[in-house]
Amino acid sequence: MALPNYASPLERVWHYVYLVLSGLIFVFLIAPILVVIPLSFNVEPYFTFTEKMLRFDPEGYSTRWYETLLTFGMQAPDAARDAAWWSDAWRNANWITAAKNSVIVGFFATIIAAVLGTVAALGLSRPEMPGRRAIMAILISPMIVPIIIVATGLFFFYSSIQISAWGVPYLGLILAHATLGIPFVIITVTATLVGFDHSLTRAAANLGADPVTIFRRVQMPLILPGVISGALFAFVTSFDEVVVVLFVGGLDEQTIPRQMWNGIREQISPAILAVATILVVVSILLLTTVELLRRRSERLRGITPH
Amino acid sequence: MADTTAGQMLTTADGRPLKQALARAQRRSRLRAIGLVAPLLVFIVVTFIVPIGQMLHRSFHNEGFTVHTDIGSGTRTPIMTDLAAWFDDNPRGVEPDEAAFSALRDGLVHLGELRAAGSAGTRINYGYAGSRSMFTKAARRADKLEPPYRDAFLDLDEQWGDPELWSVMRNATSSYTVDFYLAAVDLERNPEGAVAAVDENRQVYVKLFVRTLFLSVLITFLTFVLAYPIAHLLATLPLRYSNLLMIFVLLPFWTSLLVRTTSWMVLLQGQGVVNDALVGIGILADENRLQMMYNQVGTVVAMTHILLPFMVLPLYSVMRPINPSYVRAARSLGATSWTAFRRIYFPQTVPGIGAGALLVFILSVGYYITPALVGGADGQLISNLIAFHMQRSLNWSLAAALAAILLAGVLILYWLYDRLVGIDNLKLG
Repeated sequence: MALPNYASPLERVWHYVYLVLSGLIFVFLIAPILVVIPLSFNVEPYFTFTEKMLRFDPEGYSTRWYETLLTFGMQAPDAARDAAWWSDAWRNANWITAAKNSVIVGFFATIIAAVLGTVAALGLSRPEMPGRRAIMAILISPMIVPIIIVATGLFFFYSSIQISAWGVPYLGLILAHATLGIPFVIITVTATLVGFDHSLTRAAANLGADPVTIFRRVQMPLILPGVISGALFAFVTSFDEVVVVLFVGGLDEQTIPRQMWNGIREQISPAILAVATILVVVSILLLTTVELLRRRSERLRGITPH
Repeated sequence: MADTTAGQMLTTADGRPLKQALARAQRRSRLRAIGLVAPLLVFIVVTFIVPIGQMLHRSFHNEGFTVHTDIGSGTRTPIMTDLAAWFDDNPRGVEPDEAAFSALRDGLVHLGELRAAGSAGTRINYGYAGSRSMFTKAARRADKLEPPYRDAFLDLDEQWGDPELWSVMRNATSSYTVDFYLAAVDLERNPEGAVAAVDENRQVYVKLFVRTLFLSVLITFLTFVLAYPIAHLLATLPLRYSNLLMIFVLLPFWTSLLVRTTSWMVLLQGQGVVNDALVGIGILADENRLQMMYNQVGTVVAMTHILLPFMVLPLYSVMRPINPSYVRAARSLGATSWTAFRRIYFPQTVPGIGAGALLVFILSVGYYITPALVGGADGQLISNLIAFHMQRSLNWSLAAALAAILLAGVLILYWLYDRLVGIDNLKLG
């Protein structure tokens, strides 16, 4: 992106203006996410930088909001921090319960979405699949249809089939979140299958492998990066989903987003920022994983970045 | 060709005609492909298509004034049958006579026995405000009313004689109705049966649809203005730098929506970071801090930020393969840098603009969370109104009708997207 020699002075000026503007846009993108991190260590219950924080005075910072996350909802938060205290936190603290629920729902929703989605993507990528385009459109639609419509539909559907009386905890949420995660699995897995060389499977068949072996030994290793990143997308979708939970979730089915939603609507406290910071760290880890997987997939399939 | 093969038909090793064997093999592999897709398709139909279809059914089907369903046992009892029969016999415009009021009285007695006056009254209340309490009150006293019933009802409440109420009851005695769609676009049927606009102070829905469209266009435009320069920068930088800068786009994409909305609340609050900074450097006096949250500004700013990656990524994937020598050629032929951009570079990026703009527009039309949290009163979108009717006013049929209109719009855009861009080209990072 260097300036060519023939650039006029005006063009030079414009070039630097353009770089500065782009820089500002990048700041606009990233600053709102980073700003919550220092604020979550605020010693005061404010949402802005206090003077002490700006002077980097250690007294302006504390981890009290992270403490609140642990202790909120505990039976004896002030007891000595021994094994009993931690087990109390593990069983009763609201945010820990919510995290457990989120992980349970996300885990099972991801498994369903990843298995069904991968199998379907294998079928969709076959050239002989009839009605490919229309089916693809249906399978991607949960990503496009406004979430409020999905939530409304599920609210009526679940109450008409009385799903809460089936005795399977979280079933409604897991099925709904699996549906919402499926488009991501389909998109990522079909993307890895685009450059897939079908002569590999034919060669394997020629050498006597049965379809299951071909899938396990030839196809799966090649599409695995796509499956994993699709599954991560599905998990994040579930982990971040609040509207369906609000509409169909039972009273005891508190998840992290639902707890955050309530916190933001009722009395927003810096404890929310502490949760937000933890979630930002989680998303950084996920992004790194997906990025590494994508590179590995490209390397495996012989596509070098151009 | 046909002449030479006619005599000696090509066969497979086991003697079957080749054509037949091929057809069979193709059929088998097609079935296998369908078999792989089928489980997911069934799953999506059950957990997604059927629920939405059921909701759409509710938008034109409401049994509130025709059938009472007992919650405990599920028994369905027809209600208000006499009144429905009277409406069938007497066309619109006929003044309700003693027979009509008698039928109404019998119906109310029945409702009282079923303890269903509240739910039936609620159905009428959607079209005639205040009638729910009229129904519960009248149902309590219905069995004590003496003929002539017309006068007895008017003694209870003058409004029982209102032609508008009778018009609403007439419309409600059939389970299938378009009334909720009319209400969703600020129309109603007046006592003469003609479709007319509702009073000006009750017109909210069209305004909200217009606002949703306007804000979505605005947000789409803003994302385009912000995404174009950085997508261009990312596409022209060497890959090792652009991959690094791409993190700035992908990290927001991966971060929880609630986290991003929370951060904007922190930034935009009256006592928040942006206002504090402006006051701190002296641009703003402390007493006139900017009101940037709980209004449209908050919605637009936060949604632009949240949807920006959806614009950057398609633009980037279109810009990356554009050959820089085209622009160089234009320059060497005497074009100014502006002409080269306008005539050579920009036209090549139009597919990316189309893809990004459609995607952002589709997503923003149905947005719910961010407007609900930072939108305040005038930053709400149509989704928020659907949620309001689902959770607060409990007018589920109207919520379903609004949702149906929104869904129809989104599906048209989705179809357009598939036509122009192709769903296969949807990329995630």
